[in-house]
Amino acid sequence: MSKPRIATCSLAGCFGCHMSVLDIDERLLELVDVVEFDKSPITDIKKFDGRCRIGLIEGGCANEENVAVLRAFRRHCDILVSLGDCATMGGIPALRNLVPIDECFREAYIDGPSTHNPAKIIPRDVELPLLLDKVRPAHEIVRIDYLLPGCPPSADAIWAAVTALLSDKPIDLPYQLIKYD
Amino acid sequence: MASEDINRVVGEIGLRHGRERWRLMDIVRDVQERLGAVGPEAVDAIAGWLGIARVEVEGVVGFYSFLSSGQRGRVVIRLCDDVIDRMAGYDAVRAAFEGALGVKVGETTPDGEFTLERTACIGMCDQAPAALVNDVVVTNLSSDKARVIVRMLRDQKDPSKLVHRFGDGNNSHPLVRSMVENNLRKAGPIVFSGQTRGEAIRKALAISPAEVIRAIKTSRLRGRGGAGFPTGMKWEFARAAAGDRKFVICNADEGEPGTFKDRVLLTELPDRVFAGLTIAAYAVGAAEGIVYLRAEYAYLRRFLEQVLEKRRADGLLGRSVCGKPGFDFDIRIQMGAGAYICGEETALINSCEGLRGEPRNRPPFPAQRGYLGCPTVVNNVETLACVTRILEAGPATFCERGTHQSSGTKLLSISGDCTLPGVYEVDMGITLREVLELCGGEDAAAVQVGGPSREMVGPAEFHRTIDYDDLATGGAVLVFGPDRNIVEIVSAFMEFFVHESCGFCTPCRVGTVLLKEKLDRVIAGRGEPKDLEDMLELAETIKQTSRCGLGQASPNPVLMTLRSFRPVYDALVKPDPHGYRRGFDLQASLREAERVAGRGSQQHQEGVP
Ligand SMILES: Cc1cc2nc3c(=O)[nH]c(=O)nc-3n(C[C@H](O)[C@H](O)[C@H](O)COP(=O)(O)O)c2cc1C
Ligand code: SF4
Ligand code: SF4
Repeated sequence: MSKPRIATCSLAGCFGCHMSVLDIDERLLELVDVVEFDKSPITDIKKFDGRCRIGLIEGGCANEENVAVLRAFRRHCDILVSLGDCATMGGIPALRNLVPIDECFREAYIDGPSTHNPAKIIPRDVELPLLLDKVRPAHEIVRIDYLLPGCPPSADAIWAAVTALLSDKPIDLPYQLIKYD
Repeated sequence: MASEDINRVVGEIGLRHGRERWRLMDIVRDVQERLGAVGPEAVDAIAGWLGIARVEVEGVVGFYSFLSSGQRGRVVIRLCDDVIDRMAGYDAVRAAFEGALGVKVGETTPDGEFTLERTACIGMCDQAPAALVNDVVVTNLSSDKARVIVRMLRDQKDPSKLVHRFGDGNNSHPLVRSMVENNLRKAGPIVFSGQTRGEAIRKALAISPAEVIRAIKTSRLRGRGGAGFPTGMKWEFARAAAGDRKFVICNADEGEPGTFKDRVLLTELPDRVFAGLTIAAYAVGAAEGIVYLRAEYAYLRRFLEQVLEKRRADGLLGRSVCGKPGFDFDIRIQMGAGAYICGEETALINSCEGLRGEPRNRPPFPAQRGYLGCPTVVNNVETLACVTRILEAGPATFCERGTHQSSGTKLLSISGDCTLPGVYEVDMGITLREVLELCGGEDAAAVQVGGPSREMVGPAEFHRTIDYDDLATGGAVLVFGPDRNIVEIVSAFMEFFVHESCGFCTPCRVGTVLLKEKLDRVIAGRGEPKDLEDMLELAETIKQTSRCGLGQASPNPVLMTLRSFRPVYDALVKPDPHGYRRGFDLQASLREAERVAGRGSQQHQEGVP
């Protein structure tokens, strides 16, 4: 029987959650024994190769590309897990939700204290995905099966969740793993 | 206006009200009326006069919807925007006002003459659509009347000139002069009977306060304001509470949309309400009483002041009431300033103290520590009118009516899709079907009993009864015919709570907004079955974690209709085949970015692998 597949993605996140995935350290070897990584920055595989058991979502949706990727994950994965506070709540990127988009652009490309842009050009290349009016948590875009809190969730929490999902056991996270104060 | 002038105006108003901090509401209200705003300079002047911080004044100005820091027009037109008014043609009236004035709701005309606003229920649902023009109530509006009103206001400048024909009863009293109609359709044997002024008080004063309380307990009278707390017990707590200074307050805030029976009582039977308050004062040992009158009923104020004045002259108020040595009692009227939450008794007390109308934590209950920290009884207008009848005719006459748990009669304010909207005094325990027959609303597809805070009932449940065991109500009965859209009504109710939440606690302030957003998505056809479950869960959270009755009741429109009108909701939702959230509208959320980028979206939404 072929190994179950896992996919991961980083949408509007900082890759911190992926670093935390890597933080499971040598258990990574255990993991690759029992699963196959599909589309993921870890493998640099860009396209889904097949049906996945689990999709790990880092980050919320800030632009149209995030939405498209997330929807593709929903179509290709049995279970989606929102990984970390950006995916579950929008997180830091969602701070821009209070600011109109053109103001965001002006600050980012023209007025920002570290910006050098004498021509005052705001990039608008068609290659650049358009921003959504607001950064949204993943579960507002597609159905999400599990939410794992933390910024980032600890490697132990991720390990506990993923191994439970792979073995069809209920996820039972001890309080210590999801306590953040 | 120059700052010296502002200082002078504030000084004059201040002198009238004194320097006590709890007179802040009166001062701010008068300043608003004179200057059309309580701007920064006025705030400074008021804070200086009372010796309090600016922010305390600003906090009050910001809280009440009839107060504003920005300049309002000389004439403020407030359109009553509740469900019943919408059914009666609010939109056309609004459009006509907007057209005639050349401004939108929320704006002021450039000449500073007119401000057009919307406001929550002003207690005129039986003669909707209605509006307030400054203090003047205009009823039964239509688009042509709206245009005539604007023309007349431009010509004559004086809103009181808008009234040509007076309403019935005391609405034509020289100090009221209002077009409001009482629409009293059914006068019953308790509240609307017995007219011997002074009799109830004399009977009360002939027995001891403890005996008065016993009489009220024997009558099994329960509060008519909605919560149904036993009145005798409340008085007993206040009587037993430690302290020499006690207060009794008449709650005339009547803010629950669809309720207007207290207005009719205050118009026709103010003496019986004041008598009830006087008896309450005697029973608990209070020397001071307050009537908290909602700003929307300001047109009744001078009339009520005169009634009080007459009572003083006749020895029914003042020193040694009715010649009873040692029982001194007087009543003052405290005006509200447009906040539904101020009907909640602890918020009301805060408002009387010149604070923001935010509810207090309970305990301590007002009967222990209320107005100015003193034991305080708060009773509804109708409760007090019942008290008068009980003392007059004896408790037995009262509990002959109604049921054991819910004795006496109840005033209902009926409006909506029925032929005879108005006020009805019916026996407690009456079935909804009987009520509908009385008012000509037999065709009803749904009836909201108790206003947005309570319950929506469908035809299958019209056998249910109006009393504290089943459909408890402050008196509002909103009748909806078969053509009405239930979920739209629910959305309008939620809008009311979103607007009226005092904002103190998060579940109510934020939860109501989230609930309304979800509901509106469902109404727009973008809901999934799971949204209904989410709504139930959110509603339960709001109910359990809100601090006061407003928050606890705020999810009821959703909760109650999800229970009794579930098929309506089920028909609106469907699952998405891919597991996408149907509530998310990609096109709409890209619109702003497309405008900024000056191009459309280039991504093939489904094409990305
Ligand atoms: C949000 C809210 C609004 C209320 N509005 C009113 C009101 O307008 N009039 C009223 O008499 N009671 C109102 N009440 C009930 C009062 O808090 C209080 O229970 C009542 O005035 C007590 O008088 P009663 O025992 O005679 O009914 C309201 C309660 C809440 C929670
Ligand atoms: S949750 Fe924290 S670690 Fe994860 S993507 Fe967001 S900011 Fe980075
Ligand atoms: S429940 Fe709502 S109205 Fe009541 S205190 Fe909290 S925020 Fe204010």
